Formats: sequence, structure tokens, C-alpha cells
Amino acid sequence: MSTDLLKYCLIALALSFFSFQGNLYANEAVPVAEDLELEKRLNKLAENLRCLVCQNETLAASRADFSVDMRNEIREQMKMNKSDEEIIDFLVARYGDFILFNPPFKPTTWLLWLGPFTLLLVGGFALIFYLKHRGRTKEAELTLTDKERLRAESLIKEMDKD
Amino acid sequence: MRFLLPLGIFLVLVIFLGIGLTLNPRQVPSPLIDKPAPVFQLHQLEDPSKTISSEDNLGKVWMLNVWASWCVACRDEHPVLVELSKLGIVPVYGLNYKDQRDTAMQWLKQFGNPYEVSVVDADGKVGIDYGVYGVPETYVIDKQGVIRYKHIGPVTVQSLTDKILPLINELKS
Repeated sequence: MSTDLLKYCLIALALSFFSFQGNLYANEAVPVAEDLELEKRLNKLAENLRCLVCQNETLAASRADFSVDMRNEIREQMKMNKSDEEIIDFLVARYGDFILFNPPFKPTTWLLWLGPFTLLLVGGFALIFYLKHRGRTKEAELTLTDKERLRAESLIKEMDKD
Repeated sequence: MRFLLPLGIFLVLVIFLGIGLTLNPRQVPSPLIDKPAPVFQLHQLEDPSKTISSEDNLGKVWMLNVWASWCVACRDEHPVLVELSKLGIVPVYGLNYKDQRDTAMQWLKQFGNPYEVSVVDADGKVGIDYGVYGVPETYVIDKQGVIRYKHIGPVTVQSLTDKILPLINELKS
């Protein structure tokens, strides 16, 4: 009887020990964002914005303090019913175009956007011009002067003799 | 002769790429240069009962230095600011950025206080308005309350003598 009691006590002790252990290991669950729709919208916007600290990471992916602050700022503004354009304007006014992963199309960035296509066009035209020009020089080289013709004929005659 | 054009194009490219190499991607140019300094009204660090507004400084040339006790680079620049404050050329105001009041006060006690006044930007909201993305950063603001220059990273003796002090003298005259 007393052994039974002891057994139960031990079991209770063990259980309490394990539950205590469990408390040690389990962290408090991170609360799921209150508003899933808003978080989705936030992520979508932050995917196109640059973390100025890490520079090659988006505001959505970066864990730098700067990005956390920016995400909080964007979240607050979204809760105030600001549109995506308004939020982007707010950030660009403070941090410049560099915060955008897609640089805007404006006079200072025309070269950046159009440069490669311009180079391609110029290169293409240069190639066409070169090929046509080369064809013409080939023809010009093929026409023999009288002197050359006489020499060629004499060479052919010599070959025929052999 | 026929190589002149490709050679010319190549040289132009080299010059452009060479200029690119001299740029520091860590220094993002601020869109706030030559724009009115964002207005703030913040509590003072030493005396939380008093506030200070950026508009209190209209009519004088001043510097706003963003600092924090947790910032390592701030320790590098701090002696330079202390020396600058002794010269009495330009008042430097501190923006104590996302810091704890007691550690910030302790920090000033330990390393000296070059600031006219430090104001507390506990949640970094004013920092966002000023486009702060790292600490330290320093702004030069003119008599009309317009930001004329932004220095990113620690202020050095060289940056003071080469850039900041000449600009301040020009703005004061």
C-alpha cells in the first residue's frame, strides 16, 4: 500500500519534473499577425524596397533594425489607410530613389534604362554596315586590272603546259 | 586608324567604370539636401520636462548629430565633436536615437558632452523623417532652416576641415 503511494508520488514527481522541463524548453509562441491581409500587402510592398543597411536585401527579407523600423512604419501607415503609392512617396522623400529596387524612369536614369538597348541597336547597325561593306570590298578585290589579268592568263598557260 | 573608334569607346567605358570605383555604395545620397529640415518637437535628454523644437534654431547655423550610447562608431567621432564644441564656431545639437535615458546620460558623463542640448528620439520616428539609416549621421542646417549637408558615418577632423567648417563659415557670412 505504502509502496503504491510511493510509486504514485514518484510518478507525480517525475511528471511535474517533465512538465517543468517543458516550460524551460518551450518559448512563448510568437503571436500571429493580427491582420493577415495587411501583412500580405506589407510583404508585397516590402519585396520591392531595399534595406539601406544590407543593400542587397529587401525590406521584407532583412532582419536589420532599419528594416524592422521601416516595416513597422509601413504597417502603421497601412492601418491609417494610406495607399501603397503614398507610402512609397513617403519613403522616397526621406531615403531617395535608392530605397526602390526598381529605379524610376526619369531623365537622370534614362541612360540606365535605355543604355543597353541603345548599345544593342548601335552594335546591330555597325554589324550590318560592316557586313555589307565587307561584301563590297570582296567584289572590288575580285575585279582584276588588265595587268593582273595578263599575268593570270600567262600563269594558267604555264600550268596547262605542265 | 580603324581601331580609333573602338579604342575611344573602350576609354569612355574605362572612365565611367573608374568613376564608379571611387563611389562608396554605403553612402546613400540624401534627397533632403537643400530641403527644409523636418520639424521636430522633442524632450530634452537632461531635463525631460523641457522640449526643444527644430524651429527654435531658425536664424542660426547649427549642426544636428545623431548619436546613441549603443553605437560604436559614435565613440570614434565623439572626441572630434568635443574639440569642435570647445572652438565655439557652431552649436551642435544631439539627437539621441533609440537609446535609454540613463545610459545616454552616463555616456555623456564618461566621454564629455559636446552638445548644446540633446533631444530624445526614443522610437526613432524623427530619425525616419531625417532619413537616418545608421548612426552616427550629422546634418548642417542653415539660418533658413534648410539642410545644406549630410555627413554619413563618424565625423573626422579631415571631414571637418575639408568640407563642414568651410561650408559653415560660408553659411554664417
